Amino acid sequence: MKRRDFIHLAGMGASAAVLAGIPSFGKAIPPERALETIDVAQKKQMADVALNAARSKGATYTDVRIGRYLNQFVITREDKVENIVNTESYGMGVRVIANGGWGFAATDKLDKDSIAKTAELAVAIAKENSRLLSEPVQLVPQKGYGEVSWKAPIEKNSFEVPVKEKVDLLLSVNDAAIKGGANYINSFLFTVNEQKYFASTDGSYIDQDIHRIWPTFFITKIDAATGKFETRNALSAPMGMGYEYLNARPQDKIKGPTTLYKGRYDMIEDARAGAQQAGEKLKAKSVEAGKYDLILDPSHLWLTIHESVGHPTELDRVLGYEANFAGTSFLTLDKWESKKFNFGNKNVNLFADKQQIGSLGAVGYDDEGVQCGRWDLVKDGILVNYQAIRDQAHIIGLTASQGCCYADSWSSVQFQRMPNVSLQASKEKRSVDDLIKNVEKGIYIIGDGSFSIDQQRYNFQFGGQLYYEIKNGKIAGMLKDVAYQANTHEFWNSCAGTADESDYRLGGSFFDGKGQPSQSSAVSHGSATTHFKGVNVINTSRNIG
Amino acid sequence: MAILSKEEAKKILEKVISLSKADGCSVTLNGNDRGNIRYARNSVSTAGENSNIVLGVQSYYGKKSGSATINEFDDASLEKVVRRSEELAKLAPENPEFMDPLPQQNYGPDSKTFSEATANITPDFRAQAAADSINPAAAKDVTAAGYLEDSRGFSCMMTSKGLYAYNKATSVDFTVTMRSNDGTGSGWAAADLNDVSKLNAADISKIAIDKALMSRNAKAIEPGKYTVILEPSAGADLIRLMLNMNARQADEGRSFLSKKGGGTKLGEKLVDERVNIYTDPWSEDVPASPWSGDGLARKKMDLIRNGAVANLIYDRYWATQKNVEAVPFPGNAIMDGGSASLEDMIKDTKKGILVTRFWYIRPVDPQTLLYTGLTRDGTFYIENGKIKHPIKNFRFNESPIIMLNNLETLGQQKRAVTSEGGTNVYIPYMKIRDFTFSSLSDAV
Repeated sequence: MKRRDFIHLAGMGASAAVLAGIPSFGKAIPPERALETIDVAQKKQMADVALNAARSKGATYTDVRIGRYLNQFVITREDKVENIVNTESYGMGVRVIANGGWGFAATDKLDKDSIAKTAELAVAIAKENSRLLSEPVQLVPQKGYGEVSWKAPIEKNSFEVPVKEKVDLLLSVNDAAIKGGANYINSFLFTVNEQKYFASTDGSYIDQDIHRIWPTFFITKIDAATGKFETRNALSAPMGMGYEYLNARPQDKIKGPTTLYKGRYDMIEDARAGAQQAGEKLKAKSVEAGKYDLILDPSHLWLTIHESVGHPTELDRVLGYEANFAGTSFLTLDKWESKKFNFGNKNVNLFADKQQIGSLGAVGYDDEGVQCGRWDLVKDGILVNYQAIRDQAHIIGLTASQGCCYADSWSSVQFQRMPNVSLQASKEKRSVDDLIKNVEKGIYIIGDGSFSIDQQRYNFQFGGQLYYEIKNGKIAGMLKDVAYQANTHEFWNSCAGTADESDYRLGGSFFDGKGQPSQSSAVSHGSATTHFKGVNVINTSRNIG
Repeated sequence: MAILSKEEAKKILEKVISLSKADGCSVTLNGNDRGNIRYARNSVSTAGENSNIVLGVQSYYGKKSGSATINEFDDASLEKVVRRSEELAKLAPENPEFMDPLPQQNYGPDSKTFSEATANITPDFRAQAAADSINPAAAKDVTAAGYLEDSRGFSCMMTSKGLYAYNKATSVDFTVTMRSNDGTGSGWAAADLNDVSKLNAADISKIAIDKALMSRNAKAIEPGKYTVILEPSAGADLIRLMLNMNARQADEGRSFLSKKGGGTKLGEKLVDERVNIYTDPWSEDVPASPWSGDGLARKKMDLIRNGAVANLIYDRYWATQKNVEAVPFPGNAIMDGGSASLEDMIKDTKKGILVTRFWYIRPVDPQTLLYTGLTRDGTFYIENGKIKHPIKNFRFNESPIIMLNNLETLGQQKRAVTSEGGTNVYIPYMKIRDFTFSSLSDAV
């Protein structure tokens, strides 16, 4: 599903020629249908039909992805259920190399004839495309794993939870917010199950079961006297988890100016706090523009990491493949080759992985059959690596792919997508209070807000949900109208340290967009609370009469 | 997939409606063929075609509704999709805001959204467009990256209350980014059309190449408030942000169109009185479907007249609450322009900045419609009526409302391609004073 479909379903945008409530990205299904699965032996048979058909037409490499993508959305506002949607999208994508070029074709008709024809079409397209190639595709070798499987380690499959229970939860969340003084609340629960099967001529047959969940809300509080309004969004994170994410235990809560959540989320409690804080925001002091030290909570910092570290280290951007849309990258190959480009301060260690339990990027194998791992991107402040897939690995001298290949549907061709990219927490014991007490003039920012960055990932601007002024080592009250602007390189070099592992948390996005036609992917970014020195803060208040 | 004619589609939808056992239903049928070619590093990277046709049924019992979709059209499949939507409707909670389907509406004449030439595009045509872009780039030490996507399709809708709406449309979107091989210059140009016979990929590519070469070795100037000339793409990126003139949000007090003390700004002056923006599905320049997704008939209608809010958009539910006629979301927007050409506007500027386009535009404050974003792919300093030199890109923090209050000159109109999607717009070159650039970017 793409972001625009989400906006359409959630009733947040203007609909095109599509009737509200009818999804455009998959078939609507009854909820219980999501609990059915497809037999692995049957998937292997279908995959073999495609592998053989492609080989017989001259493919030198083939991979097959059989994907069943299940989505459920429960959408409410105040005391009303606005929409409940269950969708299924099921089909096969076949990718081949023939005459040195890539070809791809997909079908949702999974009888033997249709599968064979699809594989043959992929070969024909590859041969056609090869005439326009400047050099043949070079795939780094990949061993076959035989028949293997991977399942996300969830405790409770969200699709087994009755819709009524989800509706009741959201309506309780809304009730808590309204009772807490909110004028309006929209709340949402999205759950995803990707059942993916991969097979290739390298000899892999990989069956995977991936789950994601995202509960969220948007609260509005209006001051009738002044006509001003403030909003407060949920402090939840989309996670690679089952329904257990919504069962927060006392040990999952971090107390501070607002309660923060580690790995589990208490949606009702957050809505209650959110309603009160939206009211406080209306009365908060408007920030004075200038230089401030920033203490950034992981619920905020994930997005800064995503934009300023995740995207510029994508090798396809570095090479220019995304120049016409998402852009290129300031992290050019010469900076990496020099082995001394100080991306950040010495205390900055950023790593890529597709393994963190509960993260959105976690899988056993990527969408070209490469077992996933973890590697450093920035080590002791120095740029040391990128994110690569099989046909890029040779460009940076790798002997194996880093497993960053992903397609958002069986019908989309897989390409390089961002793994989880995270900031290593401090190995020395250090609390958030330890960070704050060293700040003379600063702002503590919680939650993600406005975000924008240039096409080479130098200049960015971010807002948040909650801003607390820090004066002489202590929190002095709430601020509003805050956004910070920085240059990626200067920002990461101003990093004065992070809290320790006990504060490490994940944030993330369901809808990271890239490519033409655009594809969407889900990715997490972890960090502990982190201190940045002397960052430029602007005041965003305006008057339009 | 063949594009079903109005009559062919009607037969299928009538059959579906006849199968309904619910209180009523709405049925949609949308079909689309798309083709694309993508290139980068002066070489084609991907090319493909896909085809999609979906029938959707929304059945209802009282205020309970359920939806189901299918992509097969034999009798058994049609029966299945109707029954499934009915089962889901029975299980659904009541939605007090559910509206019964509409009866027949008066849609007026067909609009000119369909072009035979576009419908007949072949892979060869796409490959030639890529070649027309790559070859001149390579000859000038420039690297091309671009994307062409064309589509042909139809949409239709029928309700158990007797409504039938049909529209067919084609589109072709072409964007190209040219980067000088020394990495210091970048240029962009684009076209978004219904009729491909108006597309000249070589001409568009030449504009992008010229901008790439002209923008090499940009100089940094101080951020601050500047007079800007916005090319239509740049202007459209900001104008489109004020087109969501939703009455409910305004009435609820959470919109830039909410009035202090309650109510909306309908009828009140919002921007410079020379600003006129309207929607017209039958426009020759930016045609749009004469009906919206909920089946409401679109009309030619003012959005902003003489700088004042002329109409707000009322969905059917909110219209009943406010006792007004429902107003569908516009399919396009046209902003009146003037006679000045871009050259005239530059000649008439003492000090200013010419902006090709904006990028990564995101909301900062919904109350004031404050947005942030950056200039990209061709930003130039103007002094004493001439383009003096390229400048480094800027981040802006600006509201389209404030911007249109600072209007200096409206120039000639053009169909604009926005950087990040949105409603199709036909808007003028605009000269604006005191546009707020808040920091510099090193990005090329």
